[in-house]
Amino acid sequence: MSSPEMSSPDLPMRDMPTRGPARPGPYVITGVLLTIAVVVPLFVPAYSVAEPDLAGMPFFYWYQMSWIPLTSALVGISYWLVNKEDRRRREAVRETPDAEVER
Amino acid sequence: MSAAAVPLAAPDRPINVVALAIVILLFVLVAALGFVAARWRRGEGTGLHSLDEWGLGGRGFGTWVTWFLLGGDLYTAYTFVAVPAAMWATGAVSGFFAVPYTIVLYPIVFLLMSRLWSVSHRHGFVTPADFVGGRYGSRALTLAVAVTGIVATMPYIALQLVGIRAVLTVLGLGSAENVLLTDLPLIIAFVVLAAYTYTSGLRAPALIAVVKDLLIYLAVLVAVIYLPIKFGGWGTIFDSAETKLGATNPATGKPVGVFIPGAASYSAYWTLALGSALALFMYPHSITGVLATKSRNTIRKNAAVLPLYSLMLGFLALLGYVAIFAGTNPIDLNGTVNPQLVVPQLFLDNFPSWFAGIALAAIAIGALVPAAIMSIAAANLFTRNIYRDLFRPDATPRQEAKVSKIASLVVKFGALVFVIGMDQSAAINMQLLGGIWILQTFPTIVAGLYTRWFHRWALFGGWLAGIVYGTIAAYNVVNPVTKANFGGSIAPIPGTDVQVYIAVVAFAINIIVAVALSLLMRALKLSDGKDITRRSDYGADENDPKVVQLEREHPLAEPGGPTF
Repeated sequence: MSSPEMSSPDLPMRDMPTRGPARPGPYVITGVLLTIAVVVPLFVPAYSVAEPDLAGMPFFYWYQMSWIPLTSALVGISYWLVNKEDRRRREAVRETPDAEVER
Repeated sequence: MSAAAVPLAAPDRPINVVALAIVILLFVLVAALGFVAARWRRGEGTGLHSLDEWGLGGRGFGTWVTWFLLGGDLYTAYTFVAVPAAMWATGAVSGFFAVPYTIVLYPIVFLLMSRLWSVSHRHGFVTPADFVGGRYGSRALTLAVAVTGIVATMPYIALQLVGIRAVLTVLGLGSAENVLLTDLPLIIAFVVLAAYTYTSGLRAPALIAVVKDLLIYLAVLVAVIYLPIKFGGWGTIFDSAETKLGATNPATGKPVGVFIPGAASYSAYWTLALGSALALFMYPHSITGVLATKSRNTIRKNAAVLPLYSLMLGFLALLGYVAIFAGTNPIDLNGTVNPQLVVPQLFLDNFPSWFAGIALAAIAIGALVPAAIMSIAAANLFTRNIYRDLFRPDATPRQEAKVSKIASLVVKFGALVFVIGMDQSAAINMQLLGGIWILQTFPTIVAGLYTRWFHRWALFGGWLAGIVYGTIAAYNVVNPVTKANFGGSIAPIPGTDVQVYIAVVAFAINIIVAVALSLLMRALKLSDGKDITRRSDYGADENDPKVVQLEREHPLAEPGGPTF
């Protein structure tokens, strides 16, 4: 596709932004939610016990299974937040087509 | 329960006619669907004569189709067979880690995959190696990613055949004396699979996945409700599992398995889950599923709804414990115990033949979907990053599609030879290595989605270091009973006795080497490759113009600027 020998040209970038500048809020919240969804299910010492059991199922097993819908919800909320912000950024760039480079 | 009745040196199994008839019927139905799929959502004019059409299903799958396609792609027949088998044989650490694995997977997918989708959509990338080529302008790095993808995928396809074979064995097809007769149904199934993949491309597994997933959900739902009721509740089932796994293995003097991990296996448990989750979407077949979607958000929406499959997988894993209580006796044709037969045997023992037939068909068909997608993904890698990049830079889309179709046949034939010609454990060892290897492409691909800070040769060096360490470490794991190498995927961190997943240590080495070499090469001011992507590419959506169009309308736009 491109020759590997060519080095990157140091020209200023003229880009056609697809989205306007981001507001950090939604992305920070999403980052926190997704971090919870990764770190908590991996913290084994918190759940490698048998009690309390649920309908005969040791805690170790039902606790991890119950993180499946929880993660699903956390990712769902993240989707809603990021999608809303994404749509706003796209509209922002459509209103001011000569916006500066996307941030 | 039925354990006492089965003699240990099993003669040929009787054929279960009803179950077999249902499996054949559903297989024929699915095969027909595979051929019909060629006409489904067919692109105007071009037909299937481009990789976008043949290899990515027209890049137009919406949320629903993607849910079924990725569900069928990621949760493979081998998973359905191997996870309960591991639970049955050695318990939580080697089996139930699949649950946290498929939980932490989705936040990671949410973060990474829409960026990869956007840049690939803009530039018409078909494979992860296409992206690496565009981003780093390094042929060596592109080739490293492409070859790792192909090599890691091949044994994965072979293992799908192992899944089909488990079903066929339990159904009574096959005999210890006549090897050809045993393998014939497998060969027929694969020839049919190869034929409809050739004619229909990615559309075939997408359509078949819908049928397969509905059947699997039905089978698992009925089993996890009916069997515990039949056996007197989950309590008794877990008690019998605890007893079996806690017993001492006479060969090693240690317990047979792990019921609830103790402090010594914490690190093994979570690194297995995390390492596998990071690796899964580096596999070419997962990325093929992502790039076949219609818009930037399709994969994110799916990251929120795909966990339903994880729930199903969790219950399926517990069926391994149900089988312990039920006394399921998975005796293979040669009279040895083969844990992989546990789930098919459990269904056959405890359900009427017709329902067992549906469940077994779901597993067998479940092998066809990922096998098709994996062979397409490997074929696309070969076509774009070996055939085109190295030999025919001016290949037309029509030629690419043609080469890819033929490559998909070669890949499947190779997997078939692998399974029939070699010992099954060879495929399992290779798959284990494949998981370690594919994770070594993560720094190149994922760092590239965010930054060009890493130098292309540093990433290559990191990849090499990770592959070398991972291979040696996996070779050095010796099975305590059989004394064979490649005995597992867990080894201590060098210099300590903390047991972790080998792939994760290799990954850490990979990153350390990549950072160190990047600093060195930046200091030496070594030439960095040409980057054809722009910052805006990583946020582009379906309605944004593609690069070809941008170049025409805004010829001044200079790619390769700094990205932070």
